[in-house]
Amino acid sequence: MAEKVKLFNTWSSRFGLRIVWALKLKGVEYDSINEDLSNKSPLLLQYNPIYKKVPVLLHNGKPTSESLVILEYIDETWKHNPLLPEDPYEKATARFWAKFGDDKVMSSIWSAFTNEGKEQEDAIGQAIENLNFLEEQLKGKKFFGGEKIGLTDLALGWLANLVRVFEEIIGVKIIDHERFPSLLAWTQEFAEAPIIKESWPPHDKLIVKFQAIRDAHLAATRPK
Amino acid sequence: QLLGFWASPFVFRVKWALELKGIDYEYIEEDIFNKSSRLLELNPVHKKVPVFVHEHRVISESFVILEYIDETWRQNPLLPQDPYQRAMARFWAKFAEEKLLEPAWMAMWSKGEEKEKAKKQTIEALEKIEEQLKGTQYFGGDDDKIGYLDVAIGWISYWLPVWEEVGSLKILDPEKFPRITAWKIRFLDHPVIRDSLPPKDKMLQYFHKRSDEIYS
Repeated sequence: MAEKVKLFNTWSSRFGLRIVWALKLKGVEYDSINEDLSNKSPLLLQYNPIYKKVPVLLHNGKPTSESLVILEYIDETWKHNPLLPEDPYEKATARFWAKFGDDKVMSSIWSAFTNEGKEQEDAIGQAIENLNFLEEQLKGKKFFGGEKIGLTDLALGWLANLVRVFEEIIGVKIIDHERFPSLLAWTQEFAEAPIIKESWPPHDKLIVKFQAIRDAHLAATRPK
Repeated sequence: QLLGFWASPFVFRVKWALELKGIDYEYIEEDIFNKSSRLLELNPVHKKVPVFVHEHRVISESFVILEYIDETWRQNPLLPQDPYQRAMARFWAKFAEEKLLEPAWMAMWSKGEEKEKAKKQTIEALEKIEEQLKGTQYFGGDDDKIGYLDVAIGWISYWLPVWEEVGSLKILDPEKFPRITAWKIRFLDHPVIRDSLPPKDKMLQYFHKRSDEIYS
């Protein structure tokens, strides 16, 4: 059955990466369309007129955007290797933590990354508080999804890789062994898992890209 | 059990979902300005309402609760069956939350340039929602019955006019937004919705107070 699946993505998007993993985990064949966000293709603008962002999944001519929405669509369309459990309460739990990751964890870590001095200190404090919840949630489990990688793991996957890039650039270890033993173990387990491992964007390219982003933020906020 | 606050649009989503499915529940009013230890225990992460408790299972975040309710009680489904239509419903709910509700709230209490900017954002988002209502009475799928998206953005029908009045704003102009206006009337007239709403004067009083508090 030849289904036309296309993914509009960029080489570095942590949101697009979720979709790459999901499609690969389910063995779904797709065409990848690489976007240059400084010069968006007309197709991207046509398929995601609201946000004009990646990722966008195109399936049988119908576009879906917003990565968590896309993940659920993929899970409901290709039912093997489920990303979400059957039980409604376990599903709710998975969705809750995926959302928490995007709403709270990502914003506090991003704030720590794009600031310095007191602002950075405060942001790191906030990030640690948020990460504590994740640490608790993970206790005793291999993945947030249990024995297998699930939706929450994919949603939090950026913690296993991008955070290391941030830590390297700002010279501060956020996910350390003392405070977050389970989380650190999870980052290693997840980062090394087949399919996940082969899809990571190149480390040095990420360093260059995000260093530039941090520099730009600091330049914008430093007093003249 | 539903822990809520009488004026919260987020709590009302859950109320409406439960009532549309005919589910019995105990409502517990929380004073969100003086949070009970029960609330903090049940929702330590966000410390907010709504919190839904079903047979010792505790769930927070209104959209997460809606999906749980829809999957646990299958009568009068809120979300359509088709994965693409489900994706669309979820997409628009998220869009309305980020691009409509947040700026509308901001427009209500802020002043000057900030207010103008928020008002503009709200109207732009509303235009996109207006387009979505092409030809249907509700936001639902082909069966055109009240569903997930109606419940998710139902606050537009009752909270938005209150916020407009408190903030001295005109956003939901019936001439500019005929479809949303028609939907609003139909939504407010639905037996489940109609009988549940808090009194308008209480709402105005409350949001005036909140508006002043936040601004200062």
